[in-house]
Amino acid sequence: MPYAFRAYEYWLASYRRVWRGSVVTTALNPVLYLSALGIGLGRLVNRGPGLGVPYLDYVAPGILASTAMLIGAFESAYPVMSAIRWTRQFHAMLATPLRIRDTIAGHQLYVASRVGIASGLYLVVIAAFGAVHSWLAVFDFPVGILVGLAFAAPVTAMAAWLERDEGFNALFRFGVTPMFLFSGTFFPISRLPPVIRAIAWATPTWHGVDLLRHLTLGTAALWPSLGHVAYLVAWVVVGLRLAQRTFTNRLVQ
Amino acid sequence: MSAEAPLIRARGLVKRFGALTAVDGVDFDVAKGEAFGFLGPNGAGKSSTMRMIGCVSPRSGGELTVLGLDPERDGPRIRSRLGVVPQQDTLDTELTVRENVVIYGRYFGLSRRDLQERARRLLEFVQLDERANDRVEPLSGGMKRRLTIARALVNDPDLLLLDEPTTGLDPQARHALWDRLFRLKQQGVTLVLTTHYMDEAEQLCDRLVIMDRGRIAEEGSPAELIRRLSTREVVELRFAEETPAVDAAVFNGLVARVEVLPDRILLYTDDGDALVPGAHERLHPQSVLVRRSTLEDVFLRLTGRTLVD
Repeated sequence: MPYAFRAYEYWLASYRRVWRGSVVTTALNPVLYLSALGIGLGRLVNRGPGLGVPYLDYVAPGILASTAMLIGAFESAYPVMSAIRWTRQFHAMLATPLRIRDTIAGHQLYVASRVGIASGLYLVVIAAFGAVHSWLAVFDFPVGILVGLAFAAPVTAMAAWLERDEGFNALFRFGVTPMFLFSGTFFPISRLPPVIRAIAWATPTWHGVDLLRHLTLGTAALWPSLGHVAYLVAWVVVGLRLAQRTFTNRLVQ
Repeated sequence: MSAEAPLIRARGLVKRFGALTAVDGVDFDVAKGEAFGFLGPNGAGKSSTMRMIGCVSPRSGGELTVLGLDPERDGPRIRSRLGVVPQQDTLDTELTVRENVVIYGRYFGLSRRDLQERARRLLEFVQLDERANDRVEPLSGGMKRRLTIARALVNDPDLLLLDEPTTGLDPQARHALWDRLFRLKQQGVTLVLTTHYMDEAEQLCDRLVIMDRGRIAEEGSPAELIRRLSTREVVELRFAEETPAVDAAVFNGLVARVEVLPDRILLYTDDGDALVPGAHERLHPQSVLVRRSTLEDVFLRLTGRTLVD
């Protein structure tokens, strides 16, 4: 069995304690969001000039992307810092045949699993709300995982680099929350002032939102879609390389 | 030393952290079946040496082979045959006692079925079998250390590395732990440990090196080091007020050496009882204690400093 899977098993064992509550929350969230925003707020929005599709159908894939982002970032923040500083489980792994890259890969596999479960459940809920327009929506599942990892990898690198967990407050306050609100999840970024629009355009969130929206609505074109995928993959690759470096500095002196 | 190749061989081993040289060119061999110790104060370079042996920390210079392999190239292969008890616990306190052993065994690629049996046997060995299904969190420090030892044995290691195994434990827990380590030693497990407790080194080590400021000051068995570098007995004098100055010469050759410490005077002699009346007469101490020399005295002789401040 590859070393990374051995590390992955630790995270699964750790998740087994909380999985029931976690799965219920993960399934309930999209129902709440789609009811409140899609149906509730949507009734007002649909009276306006319109987005070409009902607001429910517009916002549903955006929320899927944001959820993937939140899980990816959150599961790579405190849990990674904990495995370095509090449970020190990464130190335990490194006393066995596992190497730095195995500890990172094992954790990324776990995050991918968590995001995968969430994406799958969301997709089912979105379909139940009648907001799926195309068979292309099956790609929401792998793309959701990719969006999650585009955040998981760099946040993992950051978690090993930070001296204290206060740094995560800044990450969520000034990074994740603005991306959640202004990256095209709830309204098109074309409504933003040019400077902010440029920032939104550079975030992996917007690329995830746009790709998932076009897949779900069945309007995805090949090249723009591949462009989004390439951009998200770049975040994963750069994040993993940084993580390899910050892990080495932190765990192997 | 046995004719067999040593399990660990270090020559001119160096570890630097930026401008700081933590390990400054040490040579040592550890033979199979031996209990080998690194004794020294905090900051002597013991833990850095251990982390290099454990193939976690790359060496900055010199030679090091562990189990005949190069830690730089064969880290995973070497680590698959090591058992490591780190200075700070690395247990997941939310998981159960058994889960901690099983998960750790999985890192070595052992099968779940095999691990059920191993976990049962090892938890029995460290007397935690009744706590197997309890979470680790509420366990005492001594129990956590015993669990860490059980976990370190999960892969039947050829070499068990223990970094300060009993630091922070109460005397009872320390003795319980020593007892387990002594049994492992009897079973032929090779032990390498660091400690700043001389009683621990005397209890467990067949052979040890005394480290100070990144270098090895002396090497030998505890008894041999005491014989060579100290006297048979020590008379400790404590004073109500200021410690007076003392010259060894006034005791007519009975005293080989005098150490004046802030809180007491140590007179090194081969016959403590013979010295007591004279010491009372000349120095008027508040209390007098005659004891046997320990490694602490050896360390004091070598470095002029006490081991534990």
